[in-house]
Amino acid sequence: MLPNRAAVEGVAAQMQLAEVKGRSLWADARSRFFRNKAAVVSLVLLGLVAAFALFGGLFAQYENDFVDFSLIGSNAYLGVPSIETGHYFGTDSNGRDLFARTVQGTGISLMVGIVGALVAVIVGTLYGATAGYYGGRLDGLMMRIVDVLMSIPFMFVLILMLVIFGRSIFMLFLGIGLISWLDMARIARGQTLTIKNKEFVEVAVATGVHPLKIILRHIVPNLLGIVIVYATLLVPNMIIFESFISFLGLGVQEPATSLGALINEGSRTMQFGYYWQIAFPLFFFVVTIFAFFFVGDGLRDALDPKDR
Amino acid sequence: MLSFVVRRLAVAIPTLLILVVLSFILMYAAPGGPFNSERPLPPEVLANIEAKYGLDQPFWKQIINYVVSVVTQFDFGPSFQYKDRSVNDVIAQGFPVTLTYGFWSFVVAVTVGMSLGIAAAIKQNSWLDYLAVGVSIGAQVLPNFVMAPILLLVFTLWLGWLPGGGWNGGQWQFLIMPVIALSTSYMASIARITRSSMLEVLNTNFIRTARAKGLPMRRVIWRHAMKPTILPVLSYLGPAFVGMITGSVIIDVFFSTGGIGQFFVNSAFNRDYSVIMGITILVGTLTILFNLLVDILYAWIDPKIRY
Amino acid sequence: MTLKTKLFATTSALLIASTGALYADGHATHPVTGETLASDQTFTYRDLDESPSIDPGIAEDSAGGDILRDLFEGLYNQDATGNLVPGVALSHDVSEDGMTYTFNLRDNAKWSNGDTVTAGDFEYAWKRAASPELASPYSWFIELMALENASEVIAGDVDPSELGVTAIDDTTLEVRLTQPLPYFPQMLTHFTTFPVHQATVEEFGSDWTKPGNMVSNGAYVLTEHVPQEKLVRERNEMYWDNENTIIETVTSLVINDENVALTRYLAGELDRTDVPAGQFPRLAAEYPDQAVSVPLSCSYYYLFNLRDNAPEEIQNADVRKALSLAIDRDIIVDNVLAGGQKAAYTFTHWATAGFETPDIPMASMTQAERNAMAVELMEGAGYGPDNPLEIDLVYNTSESHKSVAVAISQMWKQTLGVETTLANQEWQTFLEARSNGDFEVARGGWCADYNEASTFLDLMQSDSGYNDSKYVNAEVDELLAAAKTSDNAQANYDRVEEIVAEETPIIPIYHYASVKMFAEDLEGWPFENFQQNWYSKDLYKIAE
Repeated sequence: MLPNRAAVEGVAAQMQLAEVKGRSLWADARSRFFRNKAAVVSLVLLGLVAAFALFGGLFAQYENDFVDFSLIGSNAYLGVPSIETGHYFGTDSNGRDLFARTVQGTGISLMVGIVGALVAVIVGTLYGATAGYYGGRLDGLMMRIVDVLMSIPFMFVLILMLVIFGRSIFMLFLGIGLISWLDMARIARGQTLTIKNKEFVEVAVATGVHPLKIILRHIVPNLLGIVIVYATLLVPNMIIFESFISFLGLGVQEPATSLGALINEGSRTMQFGYYWQIAFPLFFFVVTIFAFFFVGDGLRDALDPKDR
Repeated sequence: MLSFVVRRLAVAIPTLLILVVLSFILMYAAPGGPFNSERPLPPEVLANIEAKYGLDQPFWKQIINYVVSVVTQFDFGPSFQYKDRSVNDVIAQGFPVTLTYGFWSFVVAVTVGMSLGIAAAIKQNSWLDYLAVGVSIGAQVLPNFVMAPILLLVFTLWLGWLPGGGWNGGQWQFLIMPVIALSTSYMASIARITRSSMLEVLNTNFIRTARAKGLPMRRVIWRHAMKPTILPVLSYLGPAFVGMITGSVIIDVFFSTGGIGQFFVNSAFNRDYSVIMGITILVGTLTILFNLLVDILYAWIDPKIRY
Repeated sequence: MTLKTKLFATTSALLIASTGALYADGHATHPVTGETLASDQTFTYRDLDESPSIDPGIAEDSAGGDILRDLFEGLYNQDATGNLVPGVALSHDVSEDGMTYTFNLRDNAKWSNGDTVTAGDFEYAWKRAASPELASPYSWFIELMALENASEVIAGDVDPSELGVTAIDDTTLEVRLTQPLPYFPQMLTHFTTFPVHQATVEEFGSDWTKPGNMVSNGAYVLTEHVPQEKLVRERNEMYWDNENTIIETVTSLVINDENVALTRYLAGELDRTDVPAGQFPRLAAEYPDQAVSVPLSCSYYYLFNLRDNAPEEIQNADVRKALSLAIDRDIIVDNVLAGGQKAAYTFTHWATAGFETPDIPMASMTQAERNAMAVELMEGAGYGPDNPLEIDLVYNTSESHKSVAVAISQMWKQTLGVETTLANQEWQTFLEARSNGDFEVARGGWCADYNEASTFLDLMQSDSGYNDSKYVNAEVDELLAAAKTSDNAQANYDRVEEIVAEETPIIPIYHYASVKMFAEDLEGWPFENFQQNWYSKDLYKIAE
């Protein structure tokens, strides 16, 4: 489910190497990344998907919650995708424009993915950096807590939470973030242990800079590489995860929707021949996830070049 | 090594306790109760039921009673929803089912995934590689709640080859579709991880040396490259295992297999407290044990790791 | 085992083997209709979910009821149209005051282990169902039956042995009520009143309902039960009317997803399944002999929160009426659901026995007229495009509730400019919110307990426990109380429906229909039975 920890750790090792060599890591990485065709194409695709989510609504002929009552129940022949009717992607089973809904669903899915990943990396990085920086007993305690939390089947806990506190986007972010910050915390701690022995950190300590400031100013910036890679690989997993939650009926509230919810509805009606109801959302879902995976892989390779 | 195992097992006990308390609190915070229905029960009927299940006692007493009966008698209490059964009955019936198709899915995911990944790495940039990468990414992004109805349409309705659901004691015809639907996305992940890990290993100096010495490729791969390749795959197996147990929810819904996934989701919706607790503890224990097993395997394969 | 019982067992087995063969050879004919019977007499159907219990005293859902009517037999059964036919009881006498019933039981009714079914088995079962010790969620049914001491027994104030039911001898059962109940015999087809075998219950405790342990007196016995997967029951050789039972094996499969169930039905794995919302027209066109829609005794409605804590907008009857008028029920029933449901302007289901749907002015208007009137009312209340009404609508998680809510919120928006916030809540959360008054508008559904209009309209009574609106109207209370003893209850019901339509504490939306697919060769289904109480022993499959 989560990105491969070992691969991400390689990135960090490389960043330190770059520092030793005194070369600009970021410039190097950028040029390597742009040589990776799959990653570049994926980045362009991601841009297009994001543009679709942001501006697609301008082209929609209908509001995403507008029900065309004449179309309900006659999907098979009236709700088909068509340029003339303005329903470019057809309508859903409730007579709503699928184009507008796909635009809106793509937006929600991207947001859930990105915000979920952000929550995870921010919490994980700060937690890991703090544990690593202070070391000693605090470190031991904080990492035991991570060990304990890792053994909890969080998907189950999340289902309980959504059932109990009612569904909301906030709850989704919180739940998803909760599940995925643990790995990040471990990686961040490991890197912090090496960074904190560097001269610039020691100088800062010697001049009496507040520990919190050291963590934020000196340690976290040096973790940025792995954070970016980890986050990129986490986003598609968050999106897949949200689709599972939608399947259970615990996703976002109507009339808002997400790609997962649309796919779930589409998969119910495909046996009746309404293929477009699953095809369009699934297309955007697949493209988004593909693209994130490739960009993530590309970033990792760019930041961690081993002559392949 | 032994002390490591002991230490990990010692952590497991507080972990499970935390899990129990957390789930208990979550359930208490939940609106509704196991005995609500469209037609509210008269108060005297409700009082009888609560007395029968010990819900009329204070919160702390319930937790203590619960923990004591679990620890001393391995008794998870009666199910509140399925009134003819105890939680032990529910688990005894549902868990072997989940375990059976989970086990086969695991086997399929690991063997097919690794073979695909290794083949792709060896023939890097060939049509085989592209095919393997394409198939694995495709399989990874197709959610299994889409896969399941498609399988049903094709194999049950159109071709008529396989029964559309049920378990029938685990006959092979009833296993095929659940295993395919559950294993594909994990198979794909394993293939991707294996491929990149193998590529990395093949580029290391010791493999280059081995090949330069003229050892045949097959031997190089089996003798030298396999072990380091497996390590990242191993660390993925922990999350994969948990994912499969959770994914059983979807399998049970679509294929009516009667595994614990369905029981868990239903009991969460029905506020069947005792079943939620029982299954959460079971899955928590399994997760801990499985993660431990993975760590032990890891240490066994990679002698560099010291605990 | 003595020689005698052994002999008996073998002869009966022989007897059955021969009757079984008679039906299995494919040339047998139905004893009444003369149709040629199929050689394969199995009936397999879909259940949405596992039933909480199959113990007659504890069971609580209608799917469990279907199973129990096969496994057990109460004093009376229903025929295809819902009329009473003898079960274990052959007849009964009622005392002058209508409070004492004496039932005459048949002497040839047998348990599946060969024991005779006696009046004592009923006495035991009823006392057990009411006892606080069993703590059955359906013990209130015994209270509903108005049995003497029922409330006191349930509350634990008197011993269950004081319950108003006594076995005079093996074939005579006396029942004492606290008030005359004209529909009392009808209630005896309900599973809570089914007998249980005391020795078995006492031997196995709560395990007695497991296959192998269970002893039952119905036309079928339980042979296999895998929760969340299937439940299999087979012909009971000991059943008194065994020779007229045709279906050999009945299997209920638990299939949560209705679309999956439909796929499996079409693949020939099921003989009966449910039709997903909106799919009836297509399936009826494609499989005219298989898709069936019959009225089901439930009403679907939205209710307003009329408690003091609710926002004042919806305390205004004009606003409520406008919202009701603006709902185009024809679209809901014809397009959204499309399964033979009927548009509802009254709360009482149109097909309820002895109920004549009164003339509600709204019902005879066109939708354009209704919309015009709605806009007028809304403007009168001070809402319009500049000052749109905002309202929250909660419903419980389900595809069809969602479709209805989406359509209605759009009707309100498009006609009245009302901004609706939809909130889909998971079942238990929903129930809690609704009974605590934590909502503005909520979905409701109500199914008849018995076939008479008061089963619906009593919800409008201000002190009814099910009146989640907390609607209070003294006139309605009086009318409903008077209807209990009135010779012409219909007049009272008409008036109540008129008041409800005018004040709109609830918005009736549609009256349910049961929409199913039935295998072509399956015959004998009681479509005319309003409560859809069916018995597998009345079904049969014909050869094609």
